[in-house]
Amino acid sequence: MATIRLNGELRELDIEPEMPLLWVLRDELGMTGTNFGCGIGNCGACTVHVDGNALRSCVTPVSAVEGRDITTIEGLAQVAGGANDLSPVQQAWIDYQVPQCGYCQSGMIMAASALLARNPSPTDEEIDAGITNICRCGSYPRVRKAIRALASA
Amino acid sequence: MSKIVTKPKLSRRKFLLVSAVAGGGVLIGYAATRPSRHRLANDTLASGGDRFVTSWIRLQPDNRVTIYVPHAEMGQGVHTSLAMMAADELDAAWELVDVEQAPATDLFANEAVVAGFGEELLPEFLMGLVNFAALPAAQIVNIQITGGSSSVRYTGENSMRVAGAAARQMLLECAAERWSVAAGECATESSHVIHSASGRSIAYGELADDAARLEPPANPVLKDRSQFNIMGRAISRRDIPAKVDGSAPYGIDAHSEDMLYAALRLAPVFGARLASVNAEEALAQRGVRKVVELEDGYAVVADNYWRAKQALQLVEAEFAPTENDSVSSAVLAERFDRALAESNGSRDFESGDADTALEDAQDVFEASYRVPYLAHAAMEPMNCTVHIQGDRADLWTSTQDALGIKSRVARVAGLSEDNVTFHNSYLGGGFGRRLPFTWNVIDHATLVAMEFDVPVKTILTREEDMRQDYYRPAVHSNFKAAFDAEGRVTAWHNRFTGPIQVPGAAHIPYGIPNQSIRVVDVETHVPIASWRSVDHSQQTFFIESFIDEIAHRRGINPYQLRMELLQDHPRHRNVLQVAAESAGYGSGLPEGRALGIAVQESFGSIAAQVAEVSIGGDGRPVVHKVTCAMDCGWVVNPDTAEAQIESGIIFGLTAALYGAITIEDGRVVQGNFPDYEMLRMADSPEIVVHLVESGNALGGLGEPATPPVAAAVANAIYILTGQRVRELPIGDRDFSIDQSLAGNV
Repeated sequence: MATIRLNGELRELDIEPEMPLLWVLRDELGMTGTNFGCGIGNCGACTVHVDGNALRSCVTPVSAVEGRDITTIEGLAQVAGGANDLSPVQQAWIDYQVPQCGYCQSGMIMAASALLARNPSPTDEEIDAGITNICRCGSYPRVRKAIRALASA
Repeated sequence: MSKIVTKPKLSRRKFLLVSAVAGGGVLIGYAATRPSRHRLANDTLASGGDRFVTSWIRLQPDNRVTIYVPHAEMGQGVHTSLAMMAADELDAAWELVDVEQAPATDLFANEAVVAGFGEELLPEFLMGLVNFAALPAAQIVNIQITGGSSSVRYTGENSMRVAGAAARQMLLECAAERWSVAAGECATESSHVIHSASGRSIAYGELADDAARLEPPANPVLKDRSQFNIMGRAISRRDIPAKVDGSAPYGIDAHSEDMLYAALRLAPVFGARLASVNAEEALAQRGVRKVVELEDGYAVVADNYWRAKQALQLVEAEFAPTENDSVSSAVLAERFDRALAESNGSRDFESGDADTALEDAQDVFEASYRVPYLAHAAMEPMNCTVHIQGDRADLWTSTQDALGIKSRVARVAGLSEDNVTFHNSYLGGGFGRRLPFTWNVIDHATLVAMEFDVPVKTILTREEDMRQDYYRPAVHSNFKAAFDAEGRVTAWHNRFTGPIQVPGAAHIPYGIPNQSIRVVDVETHVPIASWRSVDHSQQTFFIESFIDEIAHRRGINPYQLRMELLQDHPRHRNVLQVAAESAGYGSGLPEGRALGIAVQESFGSIAAQVAEVSIGGDGRPVVHKVTCAMDCGWVVNPDTAEAQIESGIIFGLTAALYGAITIEDGRVVQGNFPDYEMLRMADSPEIVVHLVESGNALGGLGEPATPPVAAAVANAIYILTGQRVRELPIGDRDFSIDQSLAGNV
């Protein structure tokens, strides 16, 4: 059994402690906003927040996050205080028309949100270092523009 | 579509269909017939009698409009662009427009795609399908493909706009009749018909039922560009809101409580057969339901994908040996070179007499290039969910070809196509991997699902996705150029390995009098398919590098040489000039930087790119900026157009800098992103886009930005270092600058 606090709600699950959080979310809970890209923590499509920090859920065993606050893309607006609205990062992603296929963007938005939370005005170098997610459609110029806009807001 | 009361009758020669809708409203469809009475359709459709519906517009009494788009959304913004084209002709208020993807039924089969390609050169991925045109009249073609940068330029131009214009004209006539005024006195605006003389105005929705009783017009008149209200504007994409809150459904997101999950391992050597399996340990694991043996692999099915994937590693299996078990990239490279040495190949393009020009030349210059296999590596790994219940099946998968997939699953499962329901979703990247004839995951998922009566979701691990792809072909290409005594280029001689996937990609726009371009087909066991821009990505690297070499050989500025040899190609010259001026070509650059240039026409658009490059402290090239001028005729949505160009450049740059799939022991070496690296934020250059509207026919945009960038970067590296890149990827090659070698331009 594992108990996790997910988007503010306690969830009790009958699963192996080593099951990666990604598959708990997707297959056990049917929350498909967090995506499977590489399975080795490299591409970032599965990025979620754990206690506010960006974490790659495909290599994070559920036992490592028990008792900690987990936020997924589905809960981001709420946690950011936006209730039913969008978080500022999500809104900027619409304003700058960032996503293309969009598959990596849940992870990209989670990574950008965590970066901006700890560093509200990142330099270009800090954006480079903070956003290591892969976007095969090449949305990087727009991700950068959106983060810059949020940084100067 | 279940709300249609009167089934539209598709009679020969009728290309517009009108039908009432339950609860009020009207449905207007466009069916391309051959021949058609419509001038646009006549222009593009070949003779024959088949018919294909490609667009539907539904108008409701509350004045909302639903536009059904027959193409898949994979990030190119096509749902929005195609709806814009219909809505503009309809004079609809954009905020009243809803966009839905058309269901995968024959009624939406996409004839316009084939017709459009028939006029230029049909890419191989459609070859098998266009033969369907030879089928008996009235048999409806199963084509609903999204590919070849075709959606906007063919479906949009030939179908969406016509349907919108017809609907507008009918509504205008309905209002005129109601007001007893001449239709010519009425106008349309913002989903209303207006009669200025009397100050009257009526919402389209109120006219919907009347319109349902009208015969559609024979020749709806399309707008002139000056009349556009929606096209040409940077309109926000309709698919984006769902892509920022996690709700956008991809094929891989199909989910149900009783779902099972399959992890698949296929023969590592392409074509090998499964010989033996010991699944005892895997079957003992928690949640594992079954190990399914297939001809060329096996699947572990469990109640959670991770459990399936973990247990997959516990299966002991052997594959039968094949004649390719010792094939490596080095073996293939030798095979390619030998083929080029031994065969003169078959004709691709010939003009003048290149052999004689080479014999008579004052100087002959030769260079050989090669590029490796590439995987697609879409971010959404290949997957397919199938639920078989008796003689019916439900199907979820991200695909560029819904109808083809549906028919394939029906065939594999032995079901009637009519009993297979395809559920639309967004694609987590396509790039050619999700086109027809790349069936491996679809077939396997169907076979596995046949063992169960609950939905089974088969997902390839990233490693399997990379090792079981259909790859961009590796190509070797040998060139010779002849110069006369005055230094003029008199011959272009090119022999490259095939097969050709897109005829014409190796042809050149340059005014060189004697040309001999021939292809030598080489068989390998490595499966190949379309990869974003298809042959253009390899051929443009070769052509635009070699023309650059010719310029340096002659001591002429590469930009200048191109301009001289493009006298007959004003559109090429124009984009070259726009890109060069914008990038600061010929003016002062920061110390240690150089500009490389390349130009290519593909899919009806012409792209010129200038790469600004320096060599970093580690000896590796740093691409600071890519400037692109793109002539795609005219632009439907400037913002999605720019996004596609940014995307194409980064896709091409990833391949140029990092991309290589190599073969050892008959199998693909690379398995995941560390060894098949992608461009990331830190390496992503600034991108400057100029949309050049020449007013020519619409060109594609999903692919044409990909081809030129590799040569543009390689050409800049030569200027910086005097070292010529003749093999991709550039990879870890050390270009530490030796000034004595640096080029003189």
